[in-house]
Amino acid sequence: MGLYNNYLKHKWLMLLRNGGIAFILIAFALATIFPIYFMIISSFGDPVEAGAMSYELFPKKISFDSYKFFFDYSKYSYTWLLNSLIMASAITVSNVLFASLAGYAFSKIQFKGRNFLFFMLLCAMMIPYQVTQVPLYILIVNIFNLQNTYTALIAPSLVTVYNIFLSKQFMTSIPNEILESAKMEGCNQFQIYWKIIAPLSKTVMAVMAILTFMDTWNTFFWPFLVTNTMDMQTIQVGLKNFKFANTTYFAPMMAGATISALPMFILFFSLQKYFLEGVTVGAVKG
Amino acid sequence: MIQTVKPSTKKRKIKGDSVWGYTFIAVALLVFAMFTAYPVVSAFIISFQEYKPLGSTWVGLENYKDTFASELFWKSIKNTVIYTILTVPFALFISFAVAIMIIPFKKWLQTTFKAVYYLPAVASGVALSVVWLWIYDPMKSGIFNKVIGLFGIENQNWLGSSATAMLSLVIMSWLSSHGTSIIIYLAALLGIDNSYYEAAELDGANFFHKLWYIVIPFLKPTTLFLLVTGIIGSFQVFQNAYLMTGGGPDHATTMVGLLIFNNAFTYFEFGQASAQSLILAVIIAVISLIQFKFLGNDVEY
Repeated sequence: MGLYNNYLKHKWLMLLRNGGIAFILIAFALATIFPIYFMIISSFGDPVEAGAMSYELFPKKISFDSYKFFFDYSKYSYTWLLNSLIMASAITVSNVLFASLAGYAFSKIQFKGRNFLFFMLLCAMMIPYQVTQVPLYILIVNIFNLQNTYTALIAPSLVTVYNIFLSKQFMTSIPNEILESAKMEGCNQFQIYWKIIAPLSKTVMAVMAILTFMDTWNTFFWPFLVTNTMDMQTIQVGLKNFKFANTTYFAPMMAGATISALPMFILFFSLQKYFLEGVTVGAVKG
Repeated sequence: MIQTVKPSTKKRKIKGDSVWGYTFIAVALLVFAMFTAYPVVSAFIISFQEYKPLGSTWVGLENYKDTFASELFWKSIKNTVIYTILTVPFALFISFAVAIMIIPFKKWLQTTFKAVYYLPAVASGVALSVVWLWIYDPMKSGIFNKVIGLFGIENQNWLGSSATAMLSLVIMSWLSSHGTSIIIYLAALLGIDNSYYEAAELDGANFFHKLWYIVIPFLKPTTLFLLVTGIIGSFQVFQNAYLMTGGGPDHATTMVGLLIFNNAFTYFEFGQASAQSLILAVIIAVISLIQFKFLGNDVEY
């Protein structure tokens, strides 16, 4: 029973139906991953300037020269990866820590102005980022004079409202009785957070960490705005610069794109469960 | 005796707790105040000024007047609306259909499909735009030209001609941004209790009856959520346009987000950009309100 009728008159009818559905799904899946397949396959080509291109969908040979070409483009190309890693790690750690603390406070601790403050944060989620971008740029670059620093890359995203919202949603479902009995035992609020809330919220913290890391790794515009020398750029900004400098080098460009995306693919395939869970945590009420 | 003691300890406990409460949200609040609240207020002020690093001049409503008088602004609004209409409802429909089709399969197959559909969301926008740039190679040998060649369509200068540039961005979005909504739809679908279908079957309902009378009403909150977030997101989108077409040719792909970005960081017209971003914020707020009004009577978050 279910949405589909599983008791068709003939077995072959059901096979035919499921086969048809599977065919459509697979065709669509192929179309979805084709660009990524194309990117990886093409990155193994030779680093020659593309005149009249002939694209190979099945590589005749595998060469890593294009990767070498990409890394040779700038002596800072390895630094880009490192910068991305530093930025993403710092933002992830601080988000997990501060968003979960705030989420706990907003869901379980009574204090004056709690609802008002939380409502304010929610309203802020509605504001398009274009509104804050210009003043933020002026603040960081013109007032604090922080361009080309890790602080400029990291500070604005130290803790995002979305993550606070996510952890608050999750922690609301933790039963109050546990917290009260911990209080009876003489725990203070930080001990409760550290010994009870944090262990119980491992899943949501993992989801938060992964999504934040991925978003930060993939972010382009903010690093692009606040960095102006190659040694401070992230891999995404570096890739964009490479693209503009070498418009005809097809295979090296694909190698660069692969380099920028590969860490996330590895992360995705090793922590798939959390990624897929993470998508629904914020969306489905509960 | 007990009764007199209890309230006082309770009071003290709450008082102690609120200190903890404020401590726990301190960093979050500080970051919020500095990097969100202050910029919003500041954006209002800047929008009434002509910004100069050393002393801006007050120009009143000039920036707003200029914006409303600018042809390019209206064109960018039009482009944004077209892009949104072509991408958001279509993506929702695809995601819904795919989610429905995934349901009859076994758990591991469902997960595999979910993972594959989600994969483009994992890759960075810059990487994807680099790849799609080559897929849209205008030469005869370009991948996309070969594909449409199979259907007997002549090769096109996809990103280079104003007739097809927008369509190119739309197709790219169709094929790379449905993963999230498929997963969300699927989760909602799995949340529908089987007893509803069983009851419907007893009444002789077929697949389409069940789809129409059970699934669609049940998924209405999900659809509304995806629609609202999709439209809000789509109105701010400009990364692909920026990286692939730069808003051209002939401003055919200049969306509001890109216009604001260019005004701010290419021409350094901070005042103008702030005014436009606030107009964008108002438009987004109005659209969201309308959607909630018409679709959201029974939706709770």
